[in-house]
Amino acid sequence: MTPIDPVALKSQFPLFQKLPELVYLDNASTTQKPARVIEATRRYYEEYASNVHRASYAISAQAEEAYEGTRETVRAFLNAASTDEIVFTRGATEGVNLVAQTFGRANIRSGDEIIVSEMEHHANFVPWQMLCEQTGATLRIIPIGEDGALCMETYRSLLSERTKFVSVVHVSNGLGTINPVEAVIRGARSVGAAVLIDAAQSAYHMPLDVQALDCDFLVFSGHKLYGPTGIGVLYGKRERLDAMPAWHGGGDMIKTVTVDGYTVADLPIKFEAGTPNIVGGIGLGAAIEFLNEVGLDRVEAHERSVMEYGLSKLATIPEFRLIGSPNHRVSVISFTVDGCPAADVAELLDLRNIAVRVGKHCAHPTFHHFGVTSAARASLACYNSVADMDALHDGLVYAIRTLRRG
Amino acid sequence: MTASSTRFGRSAVDNARLLLDAFAPLDDWDLKYGLLIDMGRELPAAPEIQTAENQVHGCQSQVWLTHRKENDRFTFTGDSDAFISRGLVALVTRLYSGLTREEILAFDFGGFLAELGLNTRLSMGRSRGLEAMVGRVRQIAAQG
Repeated sequence: MTPIDPVALKSQFPLFQKLPELVYLDNASTTQKPARVIEATRRYYEEYASNVHRASYAISAQAEEAYEGTRETVRAFLNAASTDEIVFTRGATEGVNLVAQTFGRANIRSGDEIIVSEMEHHANFVPWQMLCEQTGATLRIIPIGEDGALCMETYRSLLSERTKFVSVVHVSNGLGTINPVEAVIRGARSVGAAVLIDAAQSAYHMPLDVQALDCDFLVFSGHKLYGPTGIGVLYGKRERLDAMPAWHGGGDMIKTVTVDGYTVADLPIKFEAGTPNIVGGIGLGAAIEFLNEVGLDRVEAHERSVMEYGLSKLATIPEFRLIGSPNHRVSVISFTVDGCPAADVAELLDLRNIAVRVGKHCAHPTFHHFGVTSAARASLACYNSVADMDALHDGLVYAIRTLRRG
Repeated sequence: MTASSTRFGRSAVDNARLLLDAFAPLDDWDLKYGLLIDMGRELPAAPEIQTAENQVHGCQSQVWLTHRKENDRFTFTGDSDAFISRGLVALVTRLYSGLTREEILAFDFGGFLAELGLNTRLSMGRSRGLEAMVGRVRQIAAQG
């Protein structure tokens, strides 16, 4: 396996050509787009813009081929059994809401229990809180241990015949923890509960195999995976998706409509009402082709070595406080700086052209657990390098000196 | 100076000029931010004003602002839990303290900020926070 050359890789990203000084470390929010993604979306608009699933002329057939081609690309990317199991959504958030409002409303009753973890992004928290409000079910929480990993012992004790659904994040967006989702899924299976994996923060860092995982559902977003915003994927096992009611009504998702009623289209279109995000789908296809070409195993190895270099370099700053130290982590370095509010640190880093996120990263329960009101977060992608970690280190030294003098 | 003196009222121009003169010689962002942070550091801590009523919403960090009024002139006091925000609080309270209702409402803050040169660099969140602070000052003046 040849290691990634981040400089060569970065040259494929037009934004970094325009902003060569930018040290972009907010990849857990969204990643930059390689030229081929931008080119694919431009080509759709310039060469064959038209609607899909209504192919009676040449460019419409071309659009459908490109859009549906992505479904096959995604299927292969996740190793799903069939393209019928790949539903396009607006993003991971919509995927979770779809499952909560269809599978959840149809199968979960008062007295049932849904398990999520304390380290969920709000996208995999609030939809279940809403479902509990609607059905009278109870939300049970797998707590975070001191090291930032899930308490799997507590998880096992939460499982019972009342457990109907388990929805857990693969990689924490706030801590970078890689959760033992295989064990989470096995636990859910042991009590007959359905299980969803939120892969928004893992899909662009490590290879995924939904058949090996044996999860019922898995969601991710295109824009974190070097693709466009507004497109994402819900994977669902065929038997699960078949048994679920449709969600949004409208064009495309129907087979027949009369004044007396309607019948629902086959999978996966059943869950895709209205004209889909065609250009987003085409862009996502190009993004996955980019990742396939780079190789996720190489990405994983490269990001790990950059992260480990960064963690040891940052540890030399006495005021630096890492949040969470799980054994298995990827990409994310969340931290506070003694005596320096995170908002100030981030703003001074911005003066050095270093982009980090500040706040509670849409994961309030995670940060409440650590008693942190606001943290800074540096998160890596395939184009980051040890030079970026050096810049972050130097930027932090500068910020601390500026904020703490006098 | 005299033309704008009559337009804004004498003390508004004085306050603005003092601040503009302090920032004018600083030719890079590090120095400008350094001064802002120093101004924040010099602002006396005011834990007693940190009430829900005094909190200015819309700021990235927590900001509190209060006032007293003597002989038609307002004095503003503020605090924040972050350094750069405290600097902006100091900027706003120094700018508007000692002014009358009419002077506060007539003052062109946008023009001042542009002359100060901070507007191009402040983050979206900070700019909104600064707007919220100035909004609170103007609201207090309008009511008082």
